[in-house]
Amino acid sequence: MTTTTVPQPLQKVATRESYGKALAALGAERPDIVVLDADLSGSTKTNGFAKAFPQRFLNIGVAEANMMGIASGLASTGLTVFASSFAMFAAGKAYEQVRQEIALPVANVKICATHAGLTVGEDGASHQVLEDIALMRVLPNMRVIVPSDGLETEQVIRTAAATAGPFYVRLSRLSTPLFLPADYRFALGRAARLREGNDVTIIGAGVTAWYCTQAADALAAEGIKARVLNCSSIKPLDCDAVLAAARETRGIVTVEEHQRACGLGSAVAECVTESHPCRVVRLGMQDRFGESGPGDKLLEHFGLTTPAIAKAARELVRS
Amino acid sequence: MTLPPAQDFPALAAIARELRIDVLTMLEKAASGHPGGSLGMADVYTLLWFGGYLHVDPANPQWPDRDRFVLSNGHICPILYTILAKKGYFPREDLWTLRKLGSKLQGHPDFHFTRGVDVCTGSLGNGVSVALGIALGARLQGKSFRVYAGSSDGECQEGQLWEMATAAAHHKADNLTLMIDWNGIQIDGYNRDVMDVRDLVAKFTAFGWHAEEVNGQDMKAVDAALRRALAVKGQPQVLCCRTVLGTPISFMMNKPHWHGVAPNAEELKKALAELGAS
Repeated sequence: MTTTTVPQPLQKVATRESYGKALAALGAERPDIVVLDADLSGSTKTNGFAKAFPQRFLNIGVAEANMMGIASGLASTGLTVFASSFAMFAAGKAYEQVRQEIALPVANVKICATHAGLTVGEDGASHQVLEDIALMRVLPNMRVIVPSDGLETEQVIRTAAATAGPFYVRLSRLSTPLFLPADYRFALGRAARLREGNDVTIIGAGVTAWYCTQAADALAAEGIKARVLNCSSIKPLDCDAVLAAARETRGIVTVEEHQRACGLGSAVAECVTESHPCRVVRLGMQDRFGESGPGDKLLEHFGLTTPAIAKAARELVRS
Repeated sequence: MTLPPAQDFPALAAIARELRIDVLTMLEKAASGHPGGSLGMADVYTLLWFGGYLHVDPANPQWPDRDRFVLSNGHICPILYTILAKKGYFPREDLWTLRKLGSKLQGHPDFHFTRGVDVCTGSLGNGVSVALGIALGARLQGKSFRVYAGSSDGECQEGQLWEMATAAAHHKADNLTLMIDWNGIQIDGYNRDVMDVRDLVAKFTAFGWHAEEVNGQDMKAVDAALRRALAVKGQPQVLCCRTVLGTPISFMMNKPHWHGVAPNAEELKKALAELGAS
């Protein structure tokens, strides 16, 4: 992927909005798609599909565990099932059901979980799931995708619909920049290079990816050339791209709105330690819960935006 | 919905006896597993599988229009495995490999391993939701097959079962029939001591189901209740089957110990003698 200069200011859209749009479009093309929601269709944006295809939308009420089982049962009859709720409840409350009824039987269910991470914002710690990537990526058969902008989200949803088996797609409430180039193409298990450089590598996914590019641009002004990888496909991980970064640059900085433990940074560290150990600095939540506030302010508060990323990369280069 | 013809109850009773012999024999060989519910529900499931209710094709286990059977209380899979063997899904000799490394017969049902199993179950509360999903999937696609799910009074302590009960009634899943093993016993003891589930018929009725209490050891009564259930429109149905754990083995009946302990060689010998087998 080549670097493309995008004129400022960028349009903003929440990935959940793009999910809803993609789902409604797919509904017209794919009569086998059924959508489930647990009383949050206005927020997860499955309501567009519900309005267009009411017979293929089932509201399961406030019962996420039951929703995952129903999703599995529907899928076993040959349907392609999308099941949505807030990420806290989809991955957290219904974890055991996702394991037993979706991952174990390799059910054709796409869990599209919105309102993930800190950027839920004002709802606070109870709704800011910071552990879902960890929970989902440890499950056999589960793919874990964290699309980084609206354009990529639409492509991820199409990929999930076209690929048999379970997916966990982590989506955001916060409107974020549409920053990926127009010719961007998501591919399962592939990380895209958003900036070229051989001094240091910065890896982001989801809302942090745009900040990673901004940090690279700030570092460029200082003469530090940072490579940026958009690692939206956390599982399967693009280990080739990560290992290339380990070999060709001084080290890796990862950035995620998730616990530092067991998320994107851990996946990257696991990959490099097996064949080409290098320094991996993981930016994320330091084993603590979040709090209420605007989503973008929370990212800044917890050190996940441009200045903190640039600082970590600069220190790594100079170490 | 085609109802089965009049039943040959003596023939069904003979099948139930054979299944019980195999359940006990396979559990003794496995040296672990759950005899109590497997024996208690043998009559109900003999009727369901051999009395013309469940439309399946052992030669074509993936037949898309087959009826589905979801054993949500998956720990009583010994009775399911003996049925599947008797139906011809796999050789009877496979029963003697239950729970051993490399066996087709896992400790809890898993379709990756076992022909004829439709849903992976074992964690209580889960299978009933999957069963509802299958029922809704059939209706969405205009298919007429039915879903039968097995459950238990212990499983009725799981919150997820009542999430399912709420949703099944709301979505009018009348192609779903639930069969509950209501033997009053769970691993730690009697329901009334561990966690009283109270009147299951009243509870399911309040949730909007067609609910009946039936003597699960009386095939004629179960047959009549199933015929009534299958005629119901617009509601899911549940048969709350009053059974006696361990039936008919005298030293097992109604004893919590036998929920999840396999008989040893001596106990097997005694049990088989009671069944008139050796």
